[in-house]
Amino acid sequence: MSNLESFRNETRDWLEANCPDSMRTPIKSEKDICWGGKRFEFASDDQKIWLERMSSRGWTCPTWPEEYGGGGLSKEEAEILKEEMSRIKARPALISFGIWMLGPALLKYGTEEQKKHYLPQITRGEIRWAQGYSEPGAGSDLAALRTKGDDKGDHWVVNGQKVWTSYADECDWIFALVRTEPDAPKHLGISFLLIDMTWDGVSTKPIKLISGKSPFCETFFDDVEVPKENIVHEAGRGWDVAKYLLSHERANIAGGGSGAQMNPASAARQSGEVDEDGRISDPILRADIARLTIDALAFETTLQRIKDQADGGQGVGAKASMLKYYGTELNKRRHELNMSALGSDGLLWEGDNPEDGDPARSWLRSRANSIEGGTSEIQLNILAKRVLELPGG
Amino acid sequence: MTYILSEEEQMLRDSAQAFLAEKSPVSELRRLRDEGCKDGFRHAIWKDMAEMGWNGIVIPEEYGGVDMGYTAAGIILQEMGKTLAATPFLASSILCATALRYGGTEAQKSAHLPKIAEGEKVYALAVDEKARHDAKHIETRAKKDGNGFRLSGQKRFVACGNGADMLIVAARMDDESIGLFLVDPEADGVERTLRRSVDSHAPANIDFNDVKLDGDALLSETDDGAALLDAVLYAGRACLAAEQLGVAVEAFSRTIDYIKERDQFGQKIGSFQALQHRAADLLTEVEMTESLVVKALRQLDESPSQAPFWIAAAKGRATRVSRLSASEAIQMHGGVGMTDEYEIGFFYKRAQAAGEFLGDDAWCTARVAEMSGI
Repeated sequence: MSNLESFRNETRDWLEANCPDSMRTPIKSEKDICWGGKRFEFASDDQKIWLERMSSRGWTCPTWPEEYGGGGLSKEEAEILKEEMSRIKARPALISFGIWMLGPALLKYGTEEQKKHYLPQITRGEIRWAQGYSEPGAGSDLAALRTKGDDKGDHWVVNGQKVWTSYADECDWIFALVRTEPDAPKHLGISFLLIDMTWDGVSTKPIKLISGKSPFCETFFDDVEVPKENIVHEAGRGWDVAKYLLSHERANIAGGGSGAQMNPASAARQSGEVDEDGRISDPILRADIARLTIDALAFETTLQRIKDQADGGQGVGAKASMLKYYGTELNKRRHELNMSALGSDGLLWEGDNPEDGDPARSWLRSRANSIEGGTSEIQLNILAKRVLELPGG
Repeated sequence: MTYILSEEEQMLRDSAQAFLAEKSPVSELRRLRDEGCKDGFRHAIWKDMAEMGWNGIVIPEEYGGVDMGYTAAGIILQEMGKTLAATPFLASSILCATALRYGGTEAQKSAHLPKIAEGEKVYALAVDEKARHDAKHIETRAKKDGNGFRLSGQKRFVACGNGADMLIVAARMDDESIGLFLVDPEADGVERTLRRSVDSHAPANIDFNDVKLDGDALLSETDDGAALLDAVLYAGRACLAAEQLGVAVEAFSRTIDYIKERDQFGQKIGSFQALQHRAADLLTEVEMTESLVVKALRQLDESPSQAPFWIAAAKGRATRVSRLSASEAIQMHGGVGMTDEYEIGFFYKRAQAAGEFLGDDAWCTARVAEMSGI
């Protein structure tokens, strides 16, 4: 038996023995997601047990080195783990910005001390991280940010405001872009700082959205003292870290990661839109869903193809923009179709059950997919300039 | 399964690219059209392709083929799509070779497959009787007559039908099942009418008036002719999707080259955001389609029972995107794109014709709905 085959068998046995039954059902709403962090309240004992068991093997971050709390798995082994988890429909034990944004950036740019200190806490879900990028006036034009850090020798004093900081009111730490060299060119004066949100001068305020919920916050820095060792990479070179991190974020948003899984075909069944043969009875709705299915397959196969290319040593680069653009537009279409298929069932906002209103909230939330992490228009600009090499204006 | 081409596949692609650029560029299709070529392809080039080993690409070695499979066939067809090569490759070397390979008796395979592989004879598959593709609608009749059959009916728009030396015809038998029959187009009672098509190909409407066939004209290795026909058509659709992808890729890349060079208002039109966003969107659509086409071809080679679903998805999307790419190409080229002198219009025409052949986007989408239980 090859090593990979025996790895698959061992993995299968371990998952069978260790994944609680209630963690083998689809994630229905935001409440089913385990985010971790100091203030996180587990939805059930099983959710907590599942996180402990997975993180004890390093499998919340399977490809990270074992010395930093990861699983030390090869790409092939990680792929097998993923396949075996999806075979039993196991939920992710932990979802966090620490895993898919900060972690990869620290692995590439962090010092040994930073890796040893922060990465294991991420893999165990002990610290929940927020992202401090956008500011009022610096959204798509991120490098226009104005939050500043005044150099005081062994620390900076940070003042300014961030916006769209997801879940900042529930997070423990924030990684923030701060202008530390005011006289340098726009992209060169920015530093990437790690800030404890319990420090004096950090405060947050939720932003109410069209979905009624408030995953986003404004975050304020008022004379916050940040020690020099809390910088990732060099002073003034935060833009490199930011860009690297964004490419991970884009791939992840494109992966459709906005919580609940929507399936328009089962939505149509739920609202009774089927004929005696079990087909969706409205022919146009049926065709729309079938076309969405085809496009979703095209997207999934493209993710796989780009992954194969990366494994084969071909750079992925700006193709992350293609995935971000197409994946988020697709996700919006899926939610719209889901609402159409549900009819008035989808319009419910509040009812007797906790999940009432989920389809409508998820649908409204999905509108942000093509704005956050770089708008669709920004992705198209990147593709036009970097992949197609079209001339500048 | 991998989405990356093996070294062997890359070599095949490179040699296809070089061969087609030299022997069968778009200007060759124009020449065929302007000469009024009744066969719709050049026999000399067809022979050259046979020498490259292409014509036997899905034919076992014992019958003179190279047996490289459908992914390899798709690689060649994608390159053919880029130069709009007019050849009987799909009709003869994919559709008919597949029918014989999986449905022919030992004697039929020995007699016919080497002829296809060597390019000695051109074969064409006659299925459709309606304007829109529908392999379930077959009213052509093969009545039992002694040891043989009497064939009557009408097929329309048979691809390569006018230049073919041999036909494989789908007909309904006495028990209402489907049979595939080898029919000599020169036989008594066969009447061909050339139908020149918008993409400068030469399909034919073919009438069968009480045509006498021997008993061994029936491909009879399998009992279920309908299942055989289905498998043959799906193999054809997978390969055709690859050709459509080639059309999309080439129309797109010519457009990008054009907007990088064309000046208006004192600057390159490729610097306008309105065109940049459409170009980037199109890039995305083409890339998404390519992945699906590769998946469909590999499935056909590696686990054929799962392939029809992926093939329907790929052919449907390739139909949509090849049209989109070629129509955007004309729009972005502006007035020059409307001229016959400029080649881009040929791509638009081929995209339309290939889209209709073997099932358009609506047909494919309906199959996906059916197979996924939507």
